[in-house]
Amino acid sequence: MLDISTLHYLVLGAALFLLGVIGVLTRRNVVIVLMSIELILNAVNLNLVAFSRYWQGIHGPSALQGQVFAIFIITDAAAEAAVGLGILIAFFRNKETVNVDEVNLLKW
Amino acid sequence: MNPNPPVATPFFFYLLAAVMIIGGILVITRKNAVHSALALITTLLAQAGLYLMLYAPFVAGVQIILYAGGIMVLFLFVIMLISIERNLKERQFNHQWLIGIAAAAALGGLFIAVYTTTTQGKVLFPAVGRLSYVESGNTQGIATLLFDRHFGTYMFSFEIASLLLLVAIIGAVVMAKKRI
Repeated sequence: MLDISTLHYLVLGAALFLLGVIGVLTRRNVVIVLMSIELILNAVNLNLVAFSRYWQGIHGPSALQGQVFAIFIITDAAAEAAVGLGILIAFFRNKETVNVDEVNLLKW
Repeated sequence: MNPNPPVATPFFFYLLAAVMIIGGILVITRKNAVHSALALITTLLAQAGLYLMLYAPFVAGVQIILYAGGIMVLFLFVIMLISIERNLKERQFNHQWLIGIAAAAALGGLFIAVYTTTTQGKVLFPAVGRLSYVESGNTQGIATLLFDRHFGTYMFSFEIASLLLLVAIIGAVVMAKKRI
């Protein structure tokens, strides 16, 4: 078997990203759309940590910038999940549905 | 012979990658949102394993505690709060599957194009060989980057992140509260 290189992680991240994009574009349930967004964020995180490892190979073990970025993205994901789920609860209280294509108040 | 052989054998990578891909597929195909959430938790835990293979133990711990422990509990809580039986009998996909497949194909083509691009005969992301273990204080290094007085490049960003979390708390409460 070949050794695992950075490219392996990048391809895995790309696959997860594509799964998340398909989920966001095709699902109707808002909760699952939000979970697909989490998939996308995690794909990016995987890429960042893989690049951090690659960067460490060049600049020594203290080059941890990619991992710091990953932690910032996790912070953003927490904020996004909290606000998104708050919006979802307000939405459900007003419309009694969780389907995205039934939110058409702004549609002409 | 290396006295401290890396645990990052290819077998574990492929195992965790398979778990992640299958979990991701389950997330976007399951009818019941709770099943999707459980599949997503599996994916996140497998990803924490991959972080360990990349020698990022701090990020792996944050992933398990914050993502699988915090965010997913929030998701499950909201799912149970708004769970309606009627939703299970409804159509689960909208009529945009063609657009979805097209967008995914375009993005996939872009990824393939980027990852196979060669400049002066080399691919953009060279396949480095087996990565050796570094004896480094991973957590200490991250802390140094985040809040050291002299080397803390990301100190300001860290403070901004705390402000962002404060705004998110207030926003979530304002959104979810019935009357303010």
